[in-house]
Amino acid sequence: MAEPQDILFRTLADPTRRAIFERLCREGEQTVVALTARAGVSQPAVSKHLGILKQAGLVHDRHEGRQTHYSAEPRALAPLTDWTNQLTGFWERRFDDLENLITRMDR
Amino acid sequence: MNETANETLSVTVEREFPHPPGKVWRALTQPHLIEEWLMKNDFKPAVGHRFNLRGEWGGVLDCEVLAMEPEKSLSYNWNFTHEDAAYDLRSVVVFTLTPTSGGTHLRMEQSGFRPDQKQAYGGAKVGWRDFLTKLEEVLARAG
Repeated sequence: MAEPQDILFRTLADPTRRAIFERLCREGEQTVVALTARAGVSQPAVSKHLGILKQAGLVHDRHEGRQTHYSAEPRALAPLTDWTNQLTGFWERRFDDLENLITRMDR
Repeated sequence: MNETANETLSVTVEREFPHPPGKVWRALTQPHLIEEWLMKNDFKPAVGHRFNLRGEWGGVLDCEVLAMEPEKSLSYNWNFTHEDAAYDLRSVVVFTLTPTSGGTHLRMEQSGFRPDQKQAYGGAKVGWRDFLTKLEEVLARAG
């Protein structure tokens, strides 16, 4: 099963997608048209990227008339950025391996 | 988060093992056993001994045994030198073993992270990108 951070990582590993997300973080809510104007790729491509970002929970969309406005959800980065949890996870996994090892040492 | 500039952070993980302290101690102090649960190493159970922990991702940690009391406690530096100060890490790991009726209670505390460190890994607006870049490198090496 993919962990939340794997999904986030895959989503943000694409430079165009990362750039779109960064712009939304920096500049706030924007339409697909506004984003396309500076993305360097076509509007369908931007829409596709936004769809993937939305699946990962990184952007939120709001429909207003014929326009869809997108905004960033930086809180979705928590699994990546909660540093203490990262390190605790590291040690928990090491302790799993330690437990496994000590059990084997019995034999 | 409102820690002051000098405040350090720490992480604690605790677990009870249904085995005597002597056995847990061996797993913490014998190089071939340390390798099985932590990382490749040239550890020696002697205060002042400098050693490296080598991660599968290619990273090398610089360590030095700071204190030890057989079957009770062990501490060493856990340092990662990086030209980017945001990744440069100075920390101390302390293992404490306590005998229990069912075996051994093991506590690990890692402390000493500087706040700017936390920023590099943490929720700050600038930090997460660096963190992703690093993850990317790690995953690429992991294949």
